[in-house]
Amino acid sequence: MKNTVNVLLIALFITAMAAGCGGDKKGRGAVRSDVQEAAQKTYVAPGDLDEYYFFASGGHSGQVYIYGVPSMRHLSTIPVFAPYAATGYGFDKESKAMLGGFTWGDVHHPALSETDGDYDGRWLFVNDNANNRLARIDLRDFKTKQILGPIPNISGNHGSTFVTENSEYILSASRFSIPLPKGRVEKIEEYATKYNGVVCAVKVDPKSGDMSVGWQILMPPFNYDLGDAGKGPSNGWAFWTCYNSERAIGKLEVTSTQKDRDYIAAVNWKKVEEALAAGKAKMVDGVKMLDPKTAEGIVYLLPIAKSPHGVDVTPDGKYIVGSGKLQSITTVFSIEKILTAVEKKDFTGNEDGIPVLNYNSVKEAEINVGLGPLHTQFDDKGFAYTSLFVESAVAKWKLGTWEVVDKVPVAYNIGHLCAAEGDTKSPDGKYLVALNKLSHGRHLSVGPSQPEASQLIDIGGEKMSVLYDAFTEPEPHNAQMIKADKLHPIEVYPKEDNKDPKAIWDVKDAKVVRNGKNVEVFMVLVRSSFEPNKIEVNKGDKVTIHMTNIEQTTDELHGLGILEYNINVVVDPGETKTIEFTADKPGVYAYYCTNFCSALHQEMQGYMLVK
Amino acid sequence: MQHYIEKANLFFEIPIDMRSRLIIILAAAMLLPSFFTPLWKMTLYSNQFPDGLILNIYTYKLEGRKTPNQDDLKEINSLNHYIGMRPLIDTDFTEFKWIPFVIGGTILLALRVIVLGKMSKLVDLFVMFTYFGIFSLWSFYYKMYIYGHELDPTAAIKVPPFTPPMFGHQTMANFEVYCYPSTGSYFISAMPVLLLAAMWFSRKAWLAGRK
Repeated sequence: MKNTVNVLLIALFITAMAAGCGGDKKGRGAVRSDVQEAAQKTYVAPGDLDEYYFFASGGHSGQVYIYGVPSMRHLSTIPVFAPYAATGYGFDKESKAMLGGFTWGDVHHPALSETDGDYDGRWLFVNDNANNRLARIDLRDFKTKQILGPIPNISGNHGSTFVTENSEYILSASRFSIPLPKGRVEKIEEYATKYNGVVCAVKVDPKSGDMSVGWQILMPPFNYDLGDAGKGPSNGWAFWTCYNSERAIGKLEVTSTQKDRDYIAAVNWKKVEEALAAGKAKMVDGVKMLDPKTAEGIVYLLPIAKSPHGVDVTPDGKYIVGSGKLQSITTVFSIEKILTAVEKKDFTGNEDGIPVLNYNSVKEAEINVGLGPLHTQFDDKGFAYTSLFVESAVAKWKLGTWEVVDKVPVAYNIGHLCAAEGDTKSPDGKYLVALNKLSHGRHLSVGPSQPEASQLIDIGGEKMSVLYDAFTEPEPHNAQMIKADKLHPIEVYPKEDNKDPKAIWDVKDAKVVRNGKNVEVFMVLVRSSFEPNKIEVNKGDKVTIHMTNIEQTTDELHGLGILEYNINVVVDPGETKTIEFTADKPGVYAYYCTNFCSALHQEMQGYMLVK
Repeated sequence: MQHYIEKANLFFEIPIDMRSRLIIILAAAMLLPSFFTPLWKMTLYSNQFPDGLILNIYTYKLEGRKTPNQDDLKEINSLNHYIGMRPLIDTDFTEFKWIPFVIGGTILLALRVIVLGKMSKLVDLFVMFTYFGIFSLWSFYYKMYIYGHELDPTAAIKVPPFTPPMFGHQTMANFEVYCYPSTGSYFISAMPVLLLAAMWFSRKAWLAGRK
């Protein structure tokens, strides 16, 4: 009797679930029975913390977005290449100088700094595809600390920022070949002979993280696309895919897809260092440039099916995985075989003096993963995950047996994918985020300008399953996922660490100093007042305000916005910032605290009198 | 009456035996932790501060708990300024000058008892130290009273004058305030107990010797 009741109850439950499914947008929702499990896996209760940081590039927004995994909540935005009024970035003297007059950048590939091939949690490097720059974010305070560039001779810094095993170098490359050095014009019809691509290594100071251009290699006018640095047995090598080995111009969609094969450029950077030491470099626009014609053994080309995109080195460093948009196979090369082919000079030709290795000698496997494979990430159990753009899916395959074992559809048109520490020597497995290019209205409609869709996928089990849809700011290209306990951020700048000579820590030291037409204001920001709360200047004066937020408590930020002067800065606890402007508009202008601070936040205000 | 005075005089003459002298050394040692551990601890909890703001009061300084992201004393002062309370700063507390001095003096007096070895000196030490303890407690209470009553009349938020709790819990605006003696005080309060023990042992030894 009891059993009958149970069976009846279960039957009722299933009926209810099925009825629930009926209300779904057809074909789009997950199967109901999986929903509870997915919800539990992604739910981070109020007050609880996520397990991973997820740093997503912000594409042409120029910024970096931080999400928590598994909740996929957007936690914060790090402004990098574009002014960001929310934190006052690009308004104060220092960040304005760092931006160097540019108001946007195109962030594609963030890279966390590494020690022994593992994330060390020190810095995040990002590239600017548009203005050929690199930036370093310090993960102690999540702030952009350095912008390097525009890098000489680099045009379209897309194949960047991938770091070597101990962050000796950050990779950089030209996506759009140009006549070198910059500033010169050659006829576009002479592209094949007078234009050049460049691959480049940017040096990182191991203590300060300070970046400087290391060296460059003059390359044939191909389009250098994506890169990765070797590790373990392949440490000392750097790889870049390149499309348009046709050296074509015009409508590349057609002209650059005529040959069956393009290349992966493999650079032996240990040999590069030897060649530099032997004095083989020439200076081009202030940078040491090596020409493969005169510096032998620094670079080789691996043939790969046409229009390749991603290249990724396996965690053990033994294999190099290349995939291309127009293929259905992913090609695996063996570093051991590459080294043998190099030694035996097993070449099938050359491009401007760069040897082309024999494809059949260096290839380890061709894997039929699916349509439009792009990028590959790895887990802790010896599996690889390749994104399939055309197919809108992720393929899971086994390293060694080279067999596809699982596939999961994603919505829609996945570009990069990012597994937990999935490009290091010791990936974590567990989570994978599919960075999809199109969301196609899988969310409440927000009009024609649609967000991107990032989907969290559970890769802990045998079968992959999509757990969560997040809609991310434009436009996450690549991302990095790092275990939260590897980062140790500060939330307050300790007073004793503030070395700004213009900092003041007592309201008694607040003052306005006039020197001819220069007015210098030393200001204190503290709950809930500005000191001074009155600034008198004359029209045309050059005004400099040094603001110190003397708070020493988490989240006690203060902002200073000046009405109609297009100025807003936010000063963190213990920080000093400086703004400079010319008081060119006469009148009385209020300034006020823009970052809500306390019960008397509204009262935190002052007046600037411009006579 | 005469009998009691004579008895008391006799008591004051009792020599301090070896075991009691060791106990007095131990008693004096009880004062040493006060040079590096707090006497009192005040914790203020609120919604925004689930881990509390912690203020430790030493014999010679005030110290808020300091984490990389917060200096609790600075935060308490930042919040108190809204109700017009004077900032808590070391230089406003004369106690921080004389308390360590008196404690040092007490240790010297304890050594004096050990050297001279007479009950009268031990009684002196006990009485003086008890007086010092009670006076210090009153002084602490009075300071709390003053800080809670002499509020700036121009303060943004007007609150009725108050005295923060010295022992136990009190609700103040959005804060739950807990205040209790801390490590240093527990050691200090062991001192008079040990002194009484020394008296008792010395008397017991003396009585035993008379039989």
